Amino acid sequence: MLRVKNLHVSYGMIHALRAVSIHVKEKEIVALLGANGSGKTTLLSAISGLVRPAAGEIAFNGREITRERVDRIVGAGIVHVPEGRQIFGPLTVEDNLLLGAYHRLSLAGNADIRAEVDEVFRLFPVLRERRRQLGGTLSGGEQQMLAIGRALLARPKVLLLDEPSMGLAPRVVREIFGHIARLRKEWGMTILLVEQNARAALAIADRGYVLETGRIVLQGSSEELLANRDVQRAYLGRGRDGTA
Amino acid sequence: MYWEPDKECMDREEREQLQLERLQATLNRVYAHVPFYRKRFDALGISPEDVTSLDDLTRLPFTTKEDLRDNYPYGLFAVPMREVVRVHASSGTTGAPTVVGYTRNDIKTWSNLVARILVAGGVTKDDVVQIAFGYGLFTGAFGLHYGAERLGASVIPTSSGNTARQIKVMMDFKTTALVSTPSYALLIGDTLREMGIPVSALSLKYGLFGAEPWSDAMRQEIEDTLGIVATDNYGLSEIIGPGVSGECLERKGLHINEDHFLVETVNPETLQPVPPGETGELVITTLTKEAFPMIRYRTRDLTCMLPGDCPCGRTGRRMSRVMGRTDDMLIIKGVNVFPSQIEAVLFEIEGTEPHYQIIVDRKGAMDEATVLVEAAESIFFDQMRRQREMVERIEKRLAQELGISVQVKLVEKKTLQRFEGKAQRVIDNRKLWSSPHGKGA
Repeated sequence: MLRVKNLHVSYGMIHALRAVSIHVKEKEIVALLGANGSGKTTLLSAISGLVRPAAGEIAFNGREITRERVDRIVGAGIVHVPEGRQIFGPLTVEDNLLLGAYHRLSLAGNADIRAEVDEVFRLFPVLRERRRQLGGTLSGGEQQMLAIGRALLARPKVLLLDEPSMGLAPRVVREIFGHIARLRKEWGMTILLVEQNARAALAIADRGYVLETGRIVLQGSSEELLANRDVQRAYLGRGRDGTA
Repeated sequence: MYWEPDKECMDREEREQLQLERLQATLNRVYAHVPFYRKRFDALGISPEDVTSLDDLTRLPFTTKEDLRDNYPYGLFAVPMREVVRVHASSGTTGAPTVVGYTRNDIKTWSNLVARILVAGGVTKDDVVQIAFGYGLFTGAFGLHYGAERLGASVIPTSSGNTARQIKVMMDFKTTALVSTPSYALLIGDTLREMGIPVSALSLKYGLFGAEPWSDAMRQEIEDTLGIVATDNYGLSEIIGPGVSGECLERKGLHINEDHFLVETVNPETLQPVPPGETGELVITTLTKEAFPMIRYRTRDLTCMLPGDCPCGRTGRRMSRVMGRTDDMLIIKGVNVFPSQIEAVLFEIEGTEPHYQIIVDRKGAMDEATVLVEAAESIFFDQMRRQREMVERIEKRLAQELGISVQVKLVEKKTLQRFEGKAQRVIDNRKLWSSPHGKGA
């Protein structure tokens, strides 16, 4: 459903993406792996319209969206959950969630949006408990759930998740990734996931791509990537002899 | 029946995206890890990111057997040896052998691709598969072995040779599928007859044959003598071994595993692409190989891409059977002649055996070709007149087919050498030039 072909992105003199081609099928979880500065976040941002590609094309359900306005890209169903969550600290959990539906809010009453907030609470019960609490007082894991919940209020067809594990304890990472897997299973969500934690990402992803200095150097099923020695050495922290 | 239906029946647009992604990743890897490719690309001023469509493939340089020899043994490997779990090599009878390697993922991919071909040829997990290819540096036996195991069939690794023992195993172990070269399948058939064993004593149902060119007439002969359905499959060690393409039970050409290999057909002289339906040299680029990726490898095998869809539902394009090799092509009196053309004529003519040899000599400035043909006993003990008539009939048909006159000599049954591996059909005594490639195995 999402198809990227030959994407180039430059920041001034820096050529951040070079002829990158990827695709994500409906209800797939696809992982983008790579070191810091390899271009993962740039790729997500180019898809959601936050950065403009120098060349290449991005198509969503057969429609080209390469130079589409950001709000139209969201409207089409591509929703980006940025790195570092970007929660509004002074707002309550509930208001943070409602901001996800900002483009749909009306004075005439928002019964459907209320129902959707309830669904998010069913997925993340801890957010219901903390609905009146300020966003800034949540733990890292809760903030990540809030960021995902807020994105769900935008009625996404595809979620672009940037480093959901960042700064979280291993136990919390497992919990968050469990939720991401449930989103696909129970909500039928399609997910493109950027992760430094390759092991956690490949545990729930169907396929993955490995970026190196702006180029895709490997692609394959999660199983294949886990068996690849380059991936093991660079991203899974395995020794040269292939042992943990 | 399919092994990986989502891959084998993938729609065209989806597959082209996958091919482009895999091609780009492969190019990025070879450029970074194989100095040979980096130098070649740099010399032409091409960078991997210049390849933005499958059509751009034609801008990349070809890779030849000669390049493999120049980089003997490990020069073209794209991963360090510690990641290589298997090495195979071609025999190198006429030059330095060529060496290829596999990572753990490559072996897994290989097994799956061969499993696809086995399933397409009728084999299921309930079959007993006898592998009569030589186990060793040659990729044929191991490729089919892993594919059949992956599929869950029962594998009997008899290896090649000792035909009487092959037949005993085949009867006692109730082999249902035979894997060998087509010429060896014929030899097994001959031996069965000699031993007086009726085909009903065997449990054989399917035969999967490869590693040398053969004809539909030869297929018919094998099917009749062994009571099986025979399919053709194709591969070469430089690319992966068996697993590149194979026939389904429709037997209307060999389905190429296009999600793993990009294929082109080019005119072997001009190196320009030839249109579908026209014979050309097969050129293959690997899309998923880790240890030994190949960019535009000139296989020297002649085939043509077949138009249209196959009723089996597989969407991979089909290639015709390999008609010969560019270096098997004989130029006799200025005309291109392939042994397979001669084979096809012999199969039409009753009273000949499917064993033949072509001897080419030069008398003064003139080429002379002689075809030795084994005649059935009934003919051989017959009057001279019938023998002469037969020779004339074959010569006439060959002249029609080839466009040049060749001499035909009948020889007694079983006087020509039999081959357990790949058959050697041509003896060229002209020594016109030393072939630029030598003769690969």
